[in-house]
Amino acid sequence: MGSITLKNVRKAFGDVEVIPGVDLNIEDGEFVVFVGPSGCGKSTLLRLIAGLEDVTSGSIQIDGKDVTDAGPAKRGLAMVFQSYALYPHMSVRKNIAFPLKMAKMPEAEQEKRVAHAAKILNLDSYLERKPGQLSGGQRQRVAIGRAIVREPAAFLFDEPLSNLDAALRVNMRVEISELHNNLKTTMIYVTHDQVEAMTMADKIVVLRAGNVEQVGSPMELYSRPANKFVAGFIGSPNMNFIEGEGAAKHGAHTIGIRPEHWQLSTTEGAFPGTVGVAEHLGSDTFLHIQLDDGTPIIARAEGERDIHHGDKIFLTPQEGRIYKFSQNGLAA
Amino acid sequence: MATRQTQSLARLMRAPAIILLLIWMIVPLGMTLYYSFLNYNLLNPASTSWAGFFNYKYFYTDPAFWESIWNTLVLVLGVLLITVIGGILIAMLIDKPIFGQGIVRILVISPFFVMPPVAALIWKNMIMHPSYGVFADIAKFFGMSPVDWFAQYPLFSIIVIVAWQWLPFATLILLTSLQSLDGEQMEAAEMDGAPALSRFFYLTLPHMSRAITVVILIQTIFLLGVYAEILVTTNGGPGNASTNLTYLIYRAARLNFDIGGAAAGGIIAVVLANIVAIFLMRAVGKNLD
Repeated sequence: MGSITLKNVRKAFGDVEVIPGVDLNIEDGEFVVFVGPSGCGKSTLLRLIAGLEDVTSGSIQIDGKDVTDAGPAKRGLAMVFQSYALYPHMSVRKNIAFPLKMAKMPEAEQEKRVAHAAKILNLDSYLERKPGQLSGGQRQRVAIGRAIVREPAAFLFDEPLSNLDAALRVNMRVEISELHNNLKTTMIYVTHDQVEAMTMADKIVVLRAGNVEQVGSPMELYSRPANKFVAGFIGSPNMNFIEGEGAAKHGAHTIGIRPEHWQLSTTEGAFPGTVGVAEHLGSDTFLHIQLDDGTPIIARAEGERDIHHGDKIFLTPQEGRIYKFSQNGLAA
Repeated sequence: MATRQTQSLARLMRAPAIILLLIWMIVPLGMTLYYSFLNYNLLNPASTSWAGFFNYKYFYTDPAFWESIWNTLVLVLGVLLITVIGGILIAMLIDKPIFGQGIVRILVISPFFVMPPVAALIWKNMIMHPSYGVFADIAKFFGMSPVDWFAQYPLFSIIVIVAWQWLPFATLILLTSLQSLDGEQMEAAEMDGAPALSRFFYLTLPHMSRAITVVILIQTIFLLGVYAEILVTTNGGPGNASTNLTYLIYRAARLNFDIGGAAAGGIIAVVLANIVAIFLMRAVGKNLD
């Protein structure tokens, strides 16, 4: 069981208020991703939940029990750190068994659990090695193994994939999602990478400057962003924003159109512009376009479209795919 | 430096330094070895003669010899014990962010800058002196009779003085090691439910093992040769109670003017130091790969 409730959680370091007040409900078994630009307080929020930082005010409940003043060990949570934080002088086996040893679990049970975790994570043949002899991905697995043997109420991941190369990151992303499907334990995952957030989460919490901007499923955030910040943060490449005359035609201060929601034409359309760089990815082509009024736009075209630098192009947003925002950035 | 030319060039360039160091070592060692086989007394320096192994036998059968070996061991081990354990504790204390941290650290390190005879004299006359030392004042304040440290506990007093001098060195090395300990590891251990004492024994201590090895090796080299502190405080006494091997050699050479006997003692000391070094490298050297 692992439902977590934050009530008006506030955190200040001296005079600097990092988290001005967060209310959040995390259901048992959910995969929740905290996402936001660096410095938005997402890691701090995770550390507050872990108990590695004290809250300035407010309360944290795990399974209905108030744990605001409980130490990290008492909360029954397990954490995977960005640097993995493996114990360098212990073998993989001892690393994984360490939390069990600290809990004074009988040796036989310890061994059973370590063997089980090693099997899930494909670590069988590395159990006697030291962390220094492992690759980045293997270290990551050991860190996860150390977390799962405790059978915690919830897993906390602090940017666990940021030290891995791109290919491995995709693999580990799938493995962690797979693990969540198997264990069905609550997971809280912090990342600045919106792709990780979109692909893994049941529920995304978008943070900016310590404030929760929006909470929802990935598709909810994609199709109904609450404000301009969320609209710009979710989706890759980022949403295009057009202000002024073009937006006024649609009765809004600003309109947002995602790169994939443009209709392109070489003859006529709502917004004329000039093609700058064309990034050919094979399956898609991303066109960097400068509108005649100077606004930079990114538009997605199909992969084999023959288009070149300096070509004249007309853009028309797809009907029903225009996001309207009022002057203060809220969705209208 | 991979090619053959650069290798031989490098060899050529470092040869002068190595040759100089070799001469620096081999000449005194050779002379000591030579003197140790001579009857050579400064009271009658004109008549020297070949002595064979007599000097060695003389030095070795001296009843003070075994006592001095024992004292040397007690001194080295006692100081190591105090400095390593004390160094770890102080290092952990001053690793924490406190007000005036810079000044506190400089204060902790400052005994290292005091020359050994000066330090020993300060301890002798201002701290341990039975009539005007600080310890005597404290004892009198509590209504006890003051302890005459150098008469009653001579070796222990010297251990305290030498430990006071070496504690900063141990603290400094151990502090740098402590500062390189990864904070996330500590947090991970905290989440894993390890209490403070377990975190110390399972994480901090293994992390510091290399630094502790360095402290033990370097200090042992210097502690085998402790001499000035004994000279200015107890003069090796009462009896031979605070005479270590170095001081015994000094006594043979400078008080008995027996150059041959002192040289033989020196060679014995060299052999013993090497035996200690071999054991040390076996025991703790594996931490330094």
